[in-house]
Amino acid sequence: MSQSTYLIVGSSHAGLSALAAIRIQDTEGSLTLVTQEDTLPYSPTILPYVISGQVDPAQIFLRHGDDLDCAGVTFKKGSKVVSVDPAHHSVSMDSGETLTYEKMLLATGAEPALPPIPGLKKASCHVLRTLADAVHLQSAARKAKSAVILGAGLIGMHAAENLAKAGLQTTIVEALPQVLPGYFDEQAASLIHRAFTEHGIKILTGSTVTHVTASKGTCTVSLESGPELSGNLLLVATGVKPRIDYLAGAGMEVGGGIAVDDMMRTSSRDIWAAGDVAEARSFFGGKKRVHATLPDAVEQGRIAGMDMVGDSALNPFIGGIPRNAYHFFGHRAFSVGLIGITQPVGSIEVDQVFLPSSFQYQKMVFQDDRLVAVSGVNTMLDPGIMYELVRHRVDLSKVKGRFAAAPLQMGRILMSKIWG
Amino acid sequence: MGKGYPTIAFYPDRCDGCNQCVEACAEFHSGTRNPIHSRIKISQDEEVGAFFLTLCHQCGDPRCVSSCPAGALKKDTDTGVISWDESKCVSCQLCTLACPYGGITYNPITCKVMKCDFCDGDPACVKACPRGALELKTGADIYNEWGDLEDLFVPGISACLGCSSELLIRHTLRRIGPNVVVATPPGCIAGVGAVGFNGVTATKTPVFHPLLTNTAAMLAGARRYYNRIGRDVTMLAFSGDGGTADVGFQSLSGAAERGEQMVFICVDNEGYMNTGVQRSSTTPYGAWTSTTPVGTVLRGKGRDAKPMPLIMVMHNCEYVATACMAFMEDYYAKLEKALDAAKRGMAYIHVFSPCPTGWRFPPSKVIEASRKAVETNMVPLWEYEKKIGHIRFTHTVENPLPVKAYLSLIGKYRHLDDEQIIYVQAKTVERVKILNKFAQE
Repeated sequence: MSQSTYLIVGSSHAGLSALAAIRIQDTEGSLTLVTQEDTLPYSPTILPYVISGQVDPAQIFLRHGDDLDCAGVTFKKGSKVVSVDPAHHSVSMDSGETLTYEKMLLATGAEPALPPIPGLKKASCHVLRTLADAVHLQSAARKAKSAVILGAGLIGMHAAENLAKAGLQTTIVEALPQVLPGYFDEQAASLIHRAFTEHGIKILTGSTVTHVTASKGTCTVSLESGPELSGNLLLVATGVKPRIDYLAGAGMEVGGGIAVDDMMRTSSRDIWAAGDVAEARSFFGGKKRVHATLPDAVEQGRIAGMDMVGDSALNPFIGGIPRNAYHFFGHRAFSVGLIGITQPVGSIEVDQVFLPSSFQYQKMVFQDDRLVAVSGVNTMLDPGIMYELVRHRVDLSKVKGRFAAAPLQMGRILMSKIWG
Repeated sequence: MGKGYPTIAFYPDRCDGCNQCVEACAEFHSGTRNPIHSRIKISQDEEVGAFFLTLCHQCGDPRCVSSCPAGALKKDTDTGVISWDESKCVSCQLCTLACPYGGITYNPITCKVMKCDFCDGDPACVKACPRGALELKTGADIYNEWGDLEDLFVPGISACLGCSSELLIRHTLRRIGPNVVVATPPGCIAGVGAVGFNGVTATKTPVFHPLLTNTAAMLAGARRYYNRIGRDVTMLAFSGDGGTADVGFQSLSGAAERGEQMVFICVDNEGYMNTGVQRSSTTPYGAWTSTTPVGTVLRGKGRDAKPMPLIMVMHNCEYVATACMAFMEDYYAKLEKALDAAKRGMAYIHVFSPCPTGWRFPPSKVIEASRKAVETNMVPLWEYEKKIGHIRFTHTVENPLPVKAYLSLIGKYRHLDDEQIIYVQAKTVERVKILNKFAQE
């Protein structure tokens, strides 16, 4: 049995961020980092770039053995937690080993959720969440001429671009009426859609898949609307779900993910959760939810680590604010806040510039003279500053006209005055 | 002293928006003077004409690095610079979303992100600035600079645990040096041993112990003597709030009105803390003291504190400022100005000094209490220079915390009921409103 003061399960952004926060305050306490992966820590966000060969899989690691040794971390790779016993402060590993902890962070992330499409399970489809998935997909892509991707979320879109760059004839099927639903609004999505089409990628939105068949290196996807699509390779990227199977019987409060408070504490004593596995407060109110963005994973991991180590400088989680940045075919898009609002209602004002001919879009939404959403395609804005303006609920009543006219300059001036 | 990293300091007063820094940066990094390639950006607030800098802060705990999925950004622990590895970057833009300062931006020509790399240690922007608005400094320079100066205060003094006045005295005397006459009237500063025990002083400078009533008058006389014999010696008072706002007020008021040359520092711990915790005229509303007790009728002090710094502005002082030890660099800058102003007349600094012993809170929370007092606007940091003619906030608090964030730290406010807290909140807002009026040009 191995005992540690701090046990961190999961070695991506949330886990690494917690590790750093703990080591700022406590350089001595025993710390064990476990991951079910057979590799050093890496980020799932990098994986689409592995497929196209833009990134060498050997170069993607966020920490190296030396870094972990220096930080006094016992790193156990290829170790999967199979059950948790909060009463005894212990976890069982797939190797049969038992680890005990004083404080534990669960940062086990998410795993692909396969939709219930007939024939899909038999079709040996690809998913993209781990380095092993990416390497597998890359070698399959080398032999393939065409690919079908289910789901136009960030993983599907990134993968499509990279498969197309690797020379494959690529088709994306999305059930909803636009690409990147939930990440970008209709106008931004229309520009992104266009860029993909111009680069030879076929996108079928509003299309439901009825079943999938596979034979000899070809997958055939049947659509409700009639036509069939086929490709040598099928990637399913319709969504992810928190990886919590090991919590069965642990008695922990679990909703859409592991429920946490504003310190990332779970309902079990001495156990914290952060990142894509945690269900936390939303900045704009409403129910707790899994925020599943990389910056939130970093933020939640830091809060959990600071709370685990008793850092008095800790500020509680203010709630997740949707935020995404996306780079595609040399264009860039970002969105922050309530991207769903498109119409002014009551105290809500919408300031929008849509220039499809020059491939530009910018939208700012104000509520009670405060910024609640910003998004743009190929706009010169500082996304991080826009996020802070939303987060600080900065009162723009005195400068709104100037802000709307020159958001880049005014954003920078407000940053200097308020938090810069 | 600790290791310091280089940083580019910006002095907005010296900037005229010529953009030479921007062009020099672009030239160094791209070979053209096209500002689109510049990592440094200057924005002008056209309404007031002021200039603002946007540049990578080379943060100690950088969000861009922790949000990079490719491991392309790294804080170099030798140079302090956050480096960007082009070969690893996948242009995902997450760093631009994570940075709160606009320090890493997208270049639409190269289709890559870009950030300040300090030009290998010799920044082109700093060299290009014709007005000295940009300076390359080492983060710890200011501390190292002061740390290298002689400590003129002995170790082993008998201040209460946690009291920040020791920090104030040591740093102030280091900066001023031995060419000074220090006056410490009765109060904590004298009490901690500044005037010494058994005939030996605790300072390596001339120091004397005036009466509580005549500190400013005695310093005025000493300065006039030195002026007559042709020596420029700094007159410095470390006085408590009693020796400033109560018992010592008439001589201070007279000296200020006559324009006597001195630096008068009021160490305000809001009462007579070394004689049994009695109230003074700077004790805030609601505070418990031994003479404003809490019982069934009385609920702490029933009157508001005397706005001593503003009263000093009304005395035609050359310089007036508020300060606290949670914001040392702010204090350093103010002490510099005070020393300069004291060549012409009275310079007055009002230092907020939380007292763990008398205010009933843990000694480990003194700096936190100071910080929270500023962040709730209960102790706004500002300065007044006669030559400018209005006050200026030196640490603007845009979204102040509720006063409760400060009050709940301090034992002397533990009894406050909701109604009293509402009163303190309203008073705080009102005082800032008044200050804002004095801040108008």
